[in-house]
Amino acid sequence: MNLWRRAKAPVDELKTRVGKDNAAESELFFHRALVVLLAVFLALLAVAGRLVYLQVFNHDRFTTLADSNRIRLQPLPPTRGFIFDRNGVLLADNLASYHLEITREQVKDLDETLAELRDRIALTDADIERFRRLSRRSAPYDGVPLRFQLTDEEIAKLSIDLYRLPGVDIKADLTRRYPLGSRAVHAIGYVGRIDENELRRIDPGQYSGSTHIGKIGVERSYEEVLHGRTGWQQVETNAEGRPLRVLSRTPPTPGQNIYLSIDIRLQAVAEKALEGYNGAIVALDPRNGEVLALASQPVYDPNPFVNGIDTVSYRALNTSKDKPLLNRALRGMYPPGSTIKPLMALAGLDYGVVNRYSRVFCPGFYRLPGVSHKFRDWKHGGHGSVDMDRAIAQSCDVYFYDLALNIGIDRVHDFLQQFSMGQPTGIDLPGEKGGVLPSQTWKRKSYKQNWFAGDTLSAGIGQGYFLATPLQLAHAVATLSQRGLRFLPRVLYATEDPGTRLKTLEPPRSAPPVVVKNSRDWEPVINGMIHVVEGGTAHRIGIGAKYRIAGKTGTAQVFTLGQGEKYNAKQLSKNLLDHALFIAFAPVEEPRIAVAVIAEHGGGGSSTAAPLARKVMDAWLLNRYEETAPDSTAAPVAAPPEPSPHGTE
Amino acid sequence: MDQPDDGRFLKLIYLDLPLLIGLLAVSGIGLVVLYSAGQQKLDLVIGQAIRLGLGFTVMLILAQLPPRYFRFWSPWIYLAGIVLLLAVMVVGDVSKGAQRWLNLGIVRFQPSEIMKLAVPMMMAWFFAEKPLPPRWPHLLGGALVTAIPFVLIAEQPDLGTALVVGCAGASALFLAGLSWWLMGGLAVMLGGAIPLFWTFIMHDYQRQRVLTFLNPESDPLGTGYHIIQSKIAIGSGGIYGKGWLNGTQSHLDFLPEGSTDFIFAAFSEEFGLVGGSLLLTLYFFIIARSLYMAAYAPDTYGRLLAGSLALIFFIYAFVNSGMVSGLLPVVGLPLPLFSYGGTSLVTIMASFGILMSIYSHRRPRSR
Repeated sequence: MNLWRRAKAPVDELKTRVGKDNAAESELFFHRALVVLLAVFLALLAVAGRLVYLQVFNHDRFTTLADSNRIRLQPLPPTRGFIFDRNGVLLADNLASYHLEITREQVKDLDETLAELRDRIALTDADIERFRRLSRRSAPYDGVPLRFQLTDEEIAKLSIDLYRLPGVDIKADLTRRYPLGSRAVHAIGYVGRIDENELRRIDPGQYSGSTHIGKIGVERSYEEVLHGRTGWQQVETNAEGRPLRVLSRTPPTPGQNIYLSIDIRLQAVAEKALEGYNGAIVALDPRNGEVLALASQPVYDPNPFVNGIDTVSYRALNTSKDKPLLNRALRGMYPPGSTIKPLMALAGLDYGVVNRYSRVFCPGFYRLPGVSHKFRDWKHGGHGSVDMDRAIAQSCDVYFYDLALNIGIDRVHDFLQQFSMGQPTGIDLPGEKGGVLPSQTWKRKSYKQNWFAGDTLSAGIGQGYFLATPLQLAHAVATLSQRGLRFLPRVLYATEDPGTRLKTLEPPRSAPPVVVKNSRDWEPVINGMIHVVEGGTAHRIGIGAKYRIAGKTGTAQVFTLGQGEKYNAKQLSKNLLDHALFIAFAPVEEPRIAVAVIAEHGGGGSSTAAPLARKVMDAWLLNRYEETAPDSTAAPVAAPPEPSPHGTE
Repeated sequence: MDQPDDGRFLKLIYLDLPLLIGLLAVSGIGLVVLYSAGQQKLDLVIGQAIRLGLGFTVMLILAQLPPRYFRFWSPWIYLAGIVLLLAVMVVGDVSKGAQRWLNLGIVRFQPSEIMKLAVPMMMAWFFAEKPLPPRWPHLLGGALVTAIPFVLIAEQPDLGTALVVGCAGASALFLAGLSWWLMGGLAVMLGGAIPLFWTFIMHDYQRQRVLTFLNPESDPLGTGYHIIQSKIAIGSGGIYGKGWLNGTQSHLDFLPEGSTDFIFAAFSEEFGLVGGSLLLTLYFFIIARSLYMAAYAPDTYGRLLAGSLALIFFIYAFVNSGMVSGLLPVVGLPLPLFSYGGTSLVTIMASFGILMSIYSHRRPRSR
């Protein structure tokens, strides 16, 4: 401040023109200037203090805010695992596909651009509507898809003019492809775009980069295995949100490849055998529960579902009376008919109601004491005196009416429950149904009615309230072949790390076995089933077989005849014809395959269903996958159906 | 500092060495910061350098003129300015909702800019002839000299410039020796006038700015966005800053107006508290030196004019740094010698030219 004092001296000497007191005014100014200087100092000090407050005391908070401004997490979606059959035949992979994308920020006039694109490629109103919907939810610098699955021709047409259409790009991505089309579609299923319901169910982090999810079949049940783990990258973005550079990166873990236990060749045989019918064929390896074939007809092509099937096609599939979307193997519920008889026989032995030699006289009908109603046998004149072996081989209804009545429905229920009747088998596919295993309690609950003795008779031959899925029947016959050992049916054979190609085999998972008091009780039942094929109702499929088969035919009533009426196939329209069923395992000595066949409205089990099972078993056991197997003894399609009068055979 | 042997050549061309060093230091740092804050566009820096060169040239030329010329022309410049302001009201160009520009065919011209110099000149001219401390009628005259341009500019509306003009007049009054009692009374009157000001003078966007200043978080994506991002930029800079060219807020466009009004935030982000304090110190040095020079002025006209000009510079520096750091409401004033563009840069350099003229012509020179 010395400077200020010194500054005063020369000023004092000056004289002003107007005669004012310059010295006094200089003195006044000097004081005022000092005050001003102090004020300036304090004001700038306040700003400095503000800087300290922001930069020292709140530094951490503002650093966080600055980072959250600029750093965004971007998901890196994993590549979905492939699906193979047990021999490595490709069933599902990811194909590079091309879609048309528009980045609105770079487009001058959106409507004009859309119109120009419309001149070149097919654009539906649905495409444009979807584009506008997606646009509303995305930033202007993000590309929004307009058309998926561009054809080569469309790509060529567009590529020529792309330079004239700023903001329009052809982008490559991976889309799920099922190279075999409809083959095994009911087992494999398909993926589709994630919908609202799934959005609520899935882990939003894991799926933030994914557009597709398994909807049905293996694609759904092994979604977690196939999907892989989403990776992340931290990107620095500017104020508009445009990513500028990658700060750090956690790569995604691709999904595992899956090998199905299904042999696609056997699947083809089963599907082809079933062509012309609605129905299902399930083939299991009884030793471990592996599903070897899981056919359900009719089939459909899963590929259109991947990027959203158009409404017209979907409605056609959905409303077709053949219900191609229904997985009959898992969800079709049919009266098991006579295929239930081996299990009934085993129950009779186990409860000690009969022994293998017990005989029943079959006059062709059965009457409950004091009731005039006749429960008919499928064979008009009756089978005469039958023991268990013959009752199974000839499928005598009267024997099993009597047997069921003697066991009692609740004990039947308890015993058959061990075979997973009335409840899902637990296969590793979604949507399996459990069928109906009736009991007194069940009927009271479901119908609020009492159980009648007549109900027991119907149940005894797999009719009435009894319902089972083809998978349940295959599982039951597989369990029979293993004398009670049970394995959960499964389609997963192995998983494979796509990087190391290291396979992990899926171990068989056993289920609680069926326990019988006397393990020798299995033999008369299985012998009866052998005699079904060797001289019994299905003797024709035994002709020329290079291995021994144990089986059981079944014909499930769809249409109940009035008392005294006769079943005449020719007079009934097709959808009132009986369902044809057949269950079998082979070879008898060392069972390697268990099959259940259901052909809806196929007529007789022996004439229609059994030959289909034979085709499948031949293929598997004799490695015979050619269409025209010379030794095939499958019943000629031209052969007239066995004139089975009515009821179950 | 003021040794006669120092800068003999500079004395010859009527420049003050300490002030020149201060101005060059701030301008030089400003160019370096502008390169970073302006997304490393070299033509931006070159444009600013040319503008600075122009400013220093104007300063040099004005420093050569003896103060009596300024004194003689003061009322005429003032009157011309008032006329131009009225002309703007009638035929001015509208830009960003404000009528500030006068299109002269070749150049677009902001008459309010003239008033930043004309008002202090007029105030100094007015009080130079009056006995000081000023008496009542003189005070009213002085107040009128300031109030007329203030209202005209505030009506454009250009609150920032009006504020500068108003402060220039007020500081002249204060330096002229306005009595403390009167100031107390005026303060009370101003306090009473604020509600009237709020209701009748201020425009919606100005009211909004004040409201946003009081609570920036109330509108984080709208009017509060500027100040929030500015605080984030400054705060995240910390003590030592993120380093030159490393500011994320400014480089990634989160900080709006990062090279113009909010360049102080961009600077603080990259150079931290250390850089900010240095800059504030430089500003204080320039203001202190200017006031010192004012105190050395030979007559009342020189003292009042030089002192007012020094305070105009202070108003720029304080209002801008205070606004950017969230201490004051958002008022569109650039950071002097730092912010990119603006005719105000030339005006400021002109005021330093006048300052140097007043200071360096204080003794009759014999050749």
